[in-house]
Amino acid sequence: MTSVDTIFARASGAGRAGVCVYRVCGPAAFEIAQRLTGKKLPIREAKLVNINCPDTEQLVDRGLVILFKGPGSFTGEDTAEIQLHGSVAVETALLAALTKTGARPAEAGEFTKRALLNGKMDLAQVEALSDLIDSETDEQRKQALGQLDGRLSAVAEAWRAHLLAILAPLEADVDFPDEDAVPAAVAMRAGPQIDALIAELKTYRSASSAARAIRVGVKVAIMGRANAGKSSLVNALTGTDAAIVSAQPGTTRDVIEVRLDIDGVPVIVADTAGLRDQSTDEVELEGMRRAVHRAQAADIRIMVIDPLTDGFKFDLSAAPGGQTMRPGDFIVWSKSDLVEAGSDLKNGRVINGMANFQLSAKTGDGLDRLLSALSAHIAELVDQLPDGPLTRARHVAAVETAIDGLTRAREMVAQNAELAAEDVRLAVRALGGITGAVDVEEVLGEIFSSFCIGK
Amino acid sequence: MSVKKAYDVIVIGGGHAGCEAAAAAARMGAQTLLATHRKDTIGEMSCNPAIGGLGKGHLVREVDALDGLMGRVIDQAGIQFRMLNRSKGPAVRGPRAQADRALYKKHMQIAIDAIDNLDVAEISVEDLLIDGPGDVSRETSVGGIIGADGREVRAGAVVLTTGTFLKGIIHIGDKRIPAGRARGPAGSRVDQGGVEAPAIGLSDRLYGAGFKMDRLKTGTPARLDGRTIDWQSLEMQPADDRPVPFSFLSSEITVPQISCGVTYTSAQTHEIIEANLKSSAVYSGSISGRGPRYCPSIEDKVVRFKERESHQIFLEPEGLPETLSDGVPCHTVYPNGISTSLPESIQDQFLKTIPGLERAEVIRHGYAIEYDFVDPRELLPTLETKKMAGLFLAGQINGTTGYEEAAAQGLMAGANAAAKVGGGEPILIDRSEGYIGVLIDDLVTRGVTEPYRMFTSRAEYRLTLRSDNADQRLTSLGINSGLVGRDRADMFHVKQIALDEAKEWARQTSLTPTEAARHGITINQDGRRRSVIDLLALPSVTIETLGSIWPYLGALAPTISEQLEIDGLYAGYLERQEADILAFKKDESLKLSPDLPYGEIKGLSNEVRQKLETARPLTLGQAGRVEGVTPAALAVVLAWVKKNGNMARG
Repeated sequence: MTSVDTIFARASGAGRAGVCVYRVCGPAAFEIAQRLTGKKLPIREAKLVNINCPDTEQLVDRGLVILFKGPGSFTGEDTAEIQLHGSVAVETALLAALTKTGARPAEAGEFTKRALLNGKMDLAQVEALSDLIDSETDEQRKQALGQLDGRLSAVAEAWRAHLLAILAPLEADVDFPDEDAVPAAVAMRAGPQIDALIAELKTYRSASSAARAIRVGVKVAIMGRANAGKSSLVNALTGTDAAIVSAQPGTTRDVIEVRLDIDGVPVIVADTAGLRDQSTDEVELEGMRRAVHRAQAADIRIMVIDPLTDGFKFDLSAAPGGQTMRPGDFIVWSKSDLVEAGSDLKNGRVINGMANFQLSAKTGDGLDRLLSALSAHIAELVDQLPDGPLTRARHVAAVETAIDGLTRAREMVAQNAELAAEDVRLAVRALGGITGAVDVEEVLGEIFSSFCIGK
Repeated sequence: MSVKKAYDVIVIGGGHAGCEAAAAAARMGAQTLLATHRKDTIGEMSCNPAIGGLGKGHLVREVDALDGLMGRVIDQAGIQFRMLNRSKGPAVRGPRAQADRALYKKHMQIAIDAIDNLDVAEISVEDLLIDGPGDVSRETSVGGIIGADGREVRAGAVVLTTGTFLKGIIHIGDKRIPAGRARGPAGSRVDQGGVEAPAIGLSDRLYGAGFKMDRLKTGTPARLDGRTIDWQSLEMQPADDRPVPFSFLSSEITVPQISCGVTYTSAQTHEIIEANLKSSAVYSGSISGRGPRYCPSIEDKVVRFKERESHQIFLEPEGLPETLSDGVPCHTVYPNGISTSLPESIQDQFLKTIPGLERAEVIRHGYAIEYDFVDPRELLPTLETKKMAGLFLAGQINGTTGYEEAAAQGLMAGANAAAKVGGGEPILIDRSEGYIGVLIDDLVTRGVTEPYRMFTSRAEYRLTLRSDNADQRLTSLGINSGLVGRDRADMFHVKQIALDEAKEWARQTSLTPTEAARHGITINQDGRRRSVIDLLALPSVTIETLGSIWPYLGALAPTISEQLEIDGLYAGYLERQEADILAFKKDESLKLSPDLPYGEIKGLSNEVRQKLETARPLTLGQAGRVEGVTPAALAVVLAWVKKNGNMARG
């Protein structure tokens, strides 16, 4: 028996690990693998490939993908197994990518159910199921006591109330058109509620530091004159243990992007084109414009200065690109291995809010200091964002689906209540894993307590 | 007529459930007896003289698609047809009609008389004939009925449709009158004998058999003499200009159409009610049964919605002036919106404070009625009880309210009783096929906490379950199971062929963006051809626009072109719903035995085990709809079944 929809879930244990394994299972599993990798992959053969988000074309990670043709798979259905680097950022990016393919996160026990249906489960595995039930009950108990995660249960409660407030006027509009107590344009009341919930969901989506990674990551722009040592710095950063890296060409020939993972936070480092004081070359001028633009849009800027050519009395404000520098940014004095000892006057000092570091990309000297300062600053940036309760990647995926449904519903509210209700119902189902299922009896209860129904 | 002969099926009760049950059993070829305490009350509308509405109108269309009676009868008796939600999409349009009560009853009785294999007998049924050990094991079965006069009639199956008669008690103020309902509108006061006797013996039998039972209540307003209402001063609500019939067999409505009056309670009304709350039966605490939230008494409305200065009342004539009811012209008016159990004198007082009713005379006072019902989780999806083989229950006895809900259950119970006696397969409709499926699944899986009424909100697949396509969804099932007669079957086949042809044409016929532009339709100039259905999905395009391009389209019967329009309007949504339905069907196809020993299944929490033991679901999908049952619990149940076999019997 084949399933109708395609589901995914993490197959390896939770938490940070060297490798994390995801399984995508169902009729569209192979097609999804192809969309993520852009390749038609062979069956039962591990392939090292780039995995991209089909929507944004952004690289998620480089990893192994293995296809298992049903019935010769864990669940007996077509399955794609994806092995990536174990990090919150990578995992969340993968989940976002998977959600865009139309697959949905599996419910607890769903993989097992499919395996059972297809006769793929042995007795030992069946016994293990009771553990699953135990843990589920335990979670429910904790949730009832408000201990699971105080923030999440409070937020879930608020979303639930919001969903009821949206669905009640829509369903009332459909079911009670003949009631004096239900105003003619009652469906319109759902509009502002939908707007508010979409805004709220979007805040949590971006507030979730993991979720932020999916879409943007922390942007760092490295700039400086040509040959100041920018590329060497990027290469040095990518060579450190802290950073797991993948490189891809930038969107223009002038910007090279490198994706790092610094303490679980994704960081996109842009190596911009070299800046000069003057140029007549049109192509070069365009590259410089883009570099400055890139620097302005970044969360953090690192200005690389070669003391061998510029000296230590370098006037930042007069230098090309210098006007983009803000407090909190970094200044790196490069090539410390070629500079006379004792001349590192500015090393470690903070001038105009900008920390100065002297280092050598070649020897690695000073690199750890920059890295730890960068890491601390990034943590600070992430902390400044309202912290989100969407700790689990599947929550983020559910929120994405809900936002899509609510956005479509919003467009329909004024003209077609039953279609708006249809998309709200979809959002309600998607958020069910966070808010708990919203039962029709509750919707009716909300209607009967808000409107005096009863001819 | 001899009532000593044995029948295949006996239906007890001549209300909306009973009529459909008897007619359905007889259509299936079962020798059927309809046993009622009074033949002249067959088809009586005990409460509101109206049929249909949102969800309810969908049920009537489905009953009709299965060749039931309700749609055809209301088409001959409806005096104010209105299509609700006419301005919204087709999925949520609900036909509603007010009936001339006398005409409805008359045409229902004519319809019942015309059915082959169906006898009607006046028997006041006091008890059931029990075969086997008499306990609640499945070895005990019901073998017939025993009348109050001691008459016994044997049957292979019995359908019980007792409405509010099981230990019914009418409450007015502090008066408590044992009764099943007030006698027709011409009857005298309920406290002076104007009532029909309740059924006590049958209730005792059900309690004795160990059925889980409880009390529900409902209410009804006073009936007014229309000649004493000041109609001139009132706002009037007319019928639709072109009444749309309920039945797929009716081509038009020929009954004269009337308007209803609209009025409102006043501040004075509310004062009187508030000052006398203590004397209301509902508020004095003498009623234990739960009432419906969506049909509150005027007392409830005044208390719960204090901020409202007035409540709307529809003054609905219960008949045409020229129709005779019990031999006299009917002037009764049903004031919809003010059901009450206040004492008669207070009802008289507050009615006079309502504009238009200043001089209105009461024909019969309003009352609350409390009655026994059986927890519907005692039922299989065929509506046969789990405890007693051969006993089927339908209508208010299962905790529902409304004629339409009753009719739908009656039809399914009667059909399944006949199928069981005749050795046929059960006739089942699931949640994706009809509101009938939603209704029965909700009842048998989740039980009720208040009188259950249908709303479109209850249907997961609302865009698919429309009143316009009830025939496409259900008539073939009815034909295959023998429930649908030749006339309807022939008509259905003709329509289906025309519809298939039109849909195929609409898929095949297309034009290019350039051609579209030439006809004034703006679409992206991407060179992609658009089919008729694609074009209909555009908000700016109607069937009329396209009719000028393709004369074929303009020449289609309206019932056919409407279907094309709907396919276009709901394009995308319907496909998604279809995918959802496939997933739903998959879990529905995994059968579970009703005898599954949930106590032996390791890994189920106590709470989930108890819930499953009460519901005893017949499919994995149904198990998932039992409150509190998680997907992981389902996996455990499934694992057990795979390991130990289904243990299904029969």
